[in-house]
Amino acid sequence: MNTNIIIRAEGEKAVVYASDYLNKLSGETIERECRRQLDMGCKMLVVNFAETEIVNSIGISILLGVIDAAQNAGAKVIFSDVKAETIELFEMLGLTNHVMLN
Amino acid sequence: MEKQKLIHTFGALAELGHEVAHKQNFQEMIRTSLHLLLGSLAIMRGGVARYSRFGHELNMLVIRGLGEEFPLTLSLCDEDERQFLTNGLAPIEVAQAKVLPFFQIYDRSFEKKRVELLVPLVIRNEIVGVILLGEKANGEPYSAYDLEIICAMSRHIGVGIAQRNLMAELERRAEENRKLYEDLRTTYKDTVKAFATAIDCKDKYTEGHSVRVGKYSEIIAEELGWDENEVEGAAVAGYLHDVGKLTVERNIINAPYRINAKESAELNKHPAVGYEILLPIHHPYADVPLAAKYHHERLDGRGYPDGLFDKEIPYIAKIVNLADSFDAMTTDRPYKRRRPANEIIEDLQRNSGKQFAPELVTAFFKGMLKELTGENKDKRFRRLLGRDYMETEGIIPMLKNALNGISPTSSLTLVSLD
Repeated sequence: MNTNIIIRAEGEKAVVYASDYLNKLSGETIERECRRQLDMGCKMLVVNFAETEIVNSIGISILLGVIDAAQNAGAKVIFSDVKAETIELFEMLGLTNHVMLN
Repeated sequence: MEKQKLIHTFGALAELGHEVAHKQNFQEMIRTSLHLLLGSLAIMRGGVARYSRFGHELNMLVIRGLGEEFPLTLSLCDEDERQFLTNGLAPIEVAQAKVLPFFQIYDRSFEKKRVELLVPLVIRNEIVGVILLGEKANGEPYSAYDLEIICAMSRHIGVGIAQRNLMAELERRAEENRKLYEDLRTTYKDTVKAFATAIDCKDKYTEGHSVRVGKYSEIIAEELGWDENEVEGAAVAGYLHDVGKLTVERNIINAPYRINAKESAELNKHPAVGYEILLPIHHPYADVPLAAKYHHERLDGRGYPDGLFDKEIPYIAKIVNLADSFDAMTTDRPYKRRRPANEIIEDLQRNSGKQFAPELVTAFFKGMLKELTGENKDKRFRRLLGRDYMETEGIIPMLKNALNGISPTSSLTLVSLD
């Protein structure tokens, strides 16, 4: 199982690359990495979806975990490079109530 | 929008069904199931608990977003259980759940984490667990459609837990049976050994004979490459081979002279009597009675009680015959001192194919040689025969020569019994 997650952290900002890895149970690693960034003082968490074709229910659940952790840490969450279909899904499910799209 | 929602939700439902049916790892199955349930409707937090009917408590298997302070064990009382069973597998809104006694205990934890729904997992009229669900990400109340989806997905998760419970129960019973079987086997082995001691007590000159025959039979079976159960069977056959002697008069068995023909005829009944004694007993090793009956048969047909030839003789009886004869030659008798090891090796070699099955003599010699050369550290022969006896000069080359000289198959092997 590949558990290498690409994260670029700079100051209070961290960019996490979701890839298709998000849609499996092993995607929990992304959530853990985000929590680690938040624990280290990250105040702006960017999740990049450039390499993500679709997001399934597991992916939504993991993203909700990221949102919850960020809210508890007082950090902003930004979803970037999201495909149009995925934006529709996020809007339909209400995730866009909690994050900014970029 | 509605179409996309349907695709998303039904995708989760299908994945959940596959997960429950195919996932081997229970914890992973539950974790994935909760993800699918929360993700299908974008529910911010939730948890799955398994019900223990012994402890009357719900043990959280997995939680998401409920925080570290959330109780991992929730106690239920009879009233809660009754209400859950009456409700069945349908989501209960928190406002309704407040009347439940357990809710009153955990009310604050639920309120703090905004738990909105509680789904009792009732499968075939049994509570197997509960699912707790928080608010939806869009902030809207749960719709009738949402509740239908939650109900369907919860059923899958409940079935997964029920299956796991069933497997755990089966494993527990299998383990119980295994232990019972082990106990029975131990009891059987102890009884066999006690019998062997009782048989040997009758003959003061051959004290320990049955036990030694059991050990020698075990060595031969091991050398033949038999499995653990078969080796044990050979040992048991050796322990019990003389059980028929229990019915022979003590003065015949203990006669300090060569017994006469009449006494010999009486003594020679012991194999058949032993067979009759052992036959009604359900032995784990089927051939034990046969070993008792035919352990005095010879390959050349000059044995008793039936004068059988070679392949007519059950294999186990051939093993016990060799072990029995070896012990008779290596122990002092009232009318005869035990013979030196080199003479016995010559005797067994000479009688290989006449009295003894050659491959068994080979196996026995191999076992002996392995111990003498240190290949086998057991020292069983030394313990049974005495160190000095086994370390007689020239035994090792003699055994090696004998092993080269024994024909692997019997010249008396019958081609057909018709």
